[in-house]
Amino acid sequence: MSRIDAARRVGVSPRFSRKTIGDLFGDVFSLLFGFIMNTIDLVITPIQRRIGIRRMAYLFLVPNMLIFSIFVLFPMLLNFYYSGTAGTKLFPEDRTWVGTENYQTLFDCEDFTDPNSCNEDFFWRAVSNTVVFVIFQVGGLVLLALLTALILNREIAGRGFFRSVFFYPVLLSPVVVGLIWKWILQRHGLLNGLLETFDPERDATLFLLERNWAAFWVILVSIWAQMGFYTLILLAGLQSIPAVLYEAGQIDGANNWQSFRHITLPLLMPTMFVVLVLSLIRAVQVFDQVFVLTGGGPGTATKYMVQYIYETGFINQIPRRGLAASASVLLGGVLLVFTLFQLWLGRKSEVT
Amino acid sequence: METIRNFLIRKRGGSRVDLTDFLTYLYLGAGTLVMFGPVVWVAISSFKTQAQLIEFPPRFLPYAQETIEIAGYDEPLPLFLVTVNGEERELAQVRRVGIEAQMIDPEIPLAKPGRPSQDEVIKVNIDDRKKVEKVKLALENYEDPLEKFKFATYLKNSVIVTTVATIITLIINSMAAFALSKYKFFGRDAIFVTIIATLMIPISVILVPVFLVITRLNMNNTLWGVIIPGAATPTGVFLLRQYMLTIPDDLVDAARIDGASEWRIYWQIILPLACPALAVLAIFSVMWRWNDFLWPLIVLSRSELFTLQVGLNAFQGELQIQWHYVLAMTVLTLLPVTMVFAFLQHFITSGIATTGMKG
Repeated sequence: MSRIDAARRVGVSPRFSRKTIGDLFGDVFSLLFGFIMNTIDLVITPIQRRIGIRRMAYLFLVPNMLIFSIFVLFPMLLNFYYSGTAGTKLFPEDRTWVGTENYQTLFDCEDFTDPNSCNEDFFWRAVSNTVVFVIFQVGGLVLLALLTALILNREIAGRGFFRSVFFYPVLLSPVVVGLIWKWILQRHGLLNGLLETFDPERDATLFLLERNWAAFWVILVSIWAQMGFYTLILLAGLQSIPAVLYEAGQIDGANNWQSFRHITLPLLMPTMFVVLVLSLIRAVQVFDQVFVLTGGGPGTATKYMVQYIYETGFINQIPRRGLAASASVLLGGVLLVFTLFQLWLGRKSEVT
Repeated sequence: METIRNFLIRKRGGSRVDLTDFLTYLYLGAGTLVMFGPVVWVAISSFKTQAQLIEFPPRFLPYAQETIEIAGYDEPLPLFLVTVNGEERELAQVRRVGIEAQMIDPEIPLAKPGRPSQDEVIKVNIDDRKKVEKVKLALENYEDPLEKFKFATYLKNSVIVTTVATIITLIINSMAAFALSKYKFFGRDAIFVTIIATLMIPISVILVPVFLVITRLNMNNTLWGVIIPGAATPTGVFLLRQYMLTIPDDLVDAARIDGASEWRIYWQIILPLACPALAVLAIFSVMWRWNDFLWPLIVLSRSELFTLQVGLNAFQGELQIQWHYVLAMTVLTLLPVTMVFAFLQHFITSGIATTGMKG
């Protein structure tokens, strides 16, 4: 239903015959588009005559593959080489090969449970912060998104409106989100103001300057900013469950909880896994919002993996790009595991 | 009455409103407050004067002290509410000496303009006066910083990056998806598997080497350096390919028999039919590019090339948090997105809901 809807809105089949300014733009656009495409056709058709229809596939792939190889594939391979070099020079030919030294530096720890005992203690702080962040952020995010999706799936007035309400923060840029919450959480901010009206005796809390509070708010703010996206996906999953099943359940005497437990949850599982993996992958890369909100502080309380890579490779006075590259190889490895996991799950759910 | 209630609640069979309905609307109401509240609060705060921003606890609306022009004084004088001899009067403050404020009554004209005599001045302890205030928007928050925060330039850069990148993304990804979904050729599966494998590897993981490539190609500190690297997004190819697989091959074959060139098949048959998927990719691309922060932050170091996000970040860092300016510029930055969303919200949410499933 909504796909048809979307198609109609894109302009596949205009609903109104009356010409609007939008239609005029559309006409001009399609004229221009047709002209450009026809011109390209003049160039491409002779090529097609020479190489044959089947090899045209390569021609269609060229632009994408060119950019993909230069800016994704090649850098990825280069990253491995880079992680084995040291020095402050940028270009690989100027750098000295040191083998696994960077990795040894990263893993040079007396006791892996205590970041302080490590040579590269910032890295391990970042790792442990990221693990804590991922667990609580993803957990909270999935639970809240599920709850919201379930509520939006009820027979309520103004569902479209509320769906948009919860989605709105997703569109805000991380910098804007960071600044908005920095303003609310600061010493003389709205939150302290509200808390004081309930309890005038209370001293203002420095939410962003106390370690635990900062870590807590970073998680909450990122849930706030992302929840709407996953709510939408879960809601779509819920709406694709046929109503017949619930009616059948009712006839069999299932109560609300039982139909949730035995119909909704199992059928929502594939969607839940998509949401889980997508949010995991994003949570591991947490950076920008937090960078604006706390700058990684207080101390290193909210410094995460990507910020470690960014600072080590670009910001520090003596950039240690080799070290940054090896840290990102490790991060990439974690993400790859999540991706493969998702693909494996996707295949499994396709089979069943 | 019954119909109105049924319309509002839209319950199946019009049964009674029960506790769960109440909780539902409570949740939705609280949700609206939590989701919109912070943005609204920032928008209101951005109209407050610097003096009012440090007021604690904060008040909801922006206020400013009322002033009055009096002959003989260059600056308008601030108005205060003062109780003199048990009678409340609105007085203008001429001068303040220590804890004593010297006031005059604006209703009574001075004998010598600008120089009140001892009889005309009313002396008040500064703790006994109250500011006369009215709701007033501090528009200077928006006007003053525009010299430093080059909103027009940043906006232009952001618009260029977002539009060009989205157009390139749509074209090259749909071409690749067309090849991968409608042809059989040597190496197809290898290419597709490679794309899938990199589906979730974001640019933040390969920061250092991509920066190196950019520098080699002299794209450092150019908008192209921001636009190009993310253009061949695996997500886009994947999304479009999956959609194009649902377009019947017979259409393509029929067009070939009619003598259409491959390029014509691509743009006159496949592209229009793939419109819903293209629209979703366009939404994603616009969202990614408009909000992108880390990569432009690394590539761009000249302020005339800054995108809105990088510009806003630099602005807030530079000013040691002069909140009255930062807030106003934050509002300017979130305004375009909010307006687009207000018009296209149904289209955006339903688009993502349909294809998000497959992604």
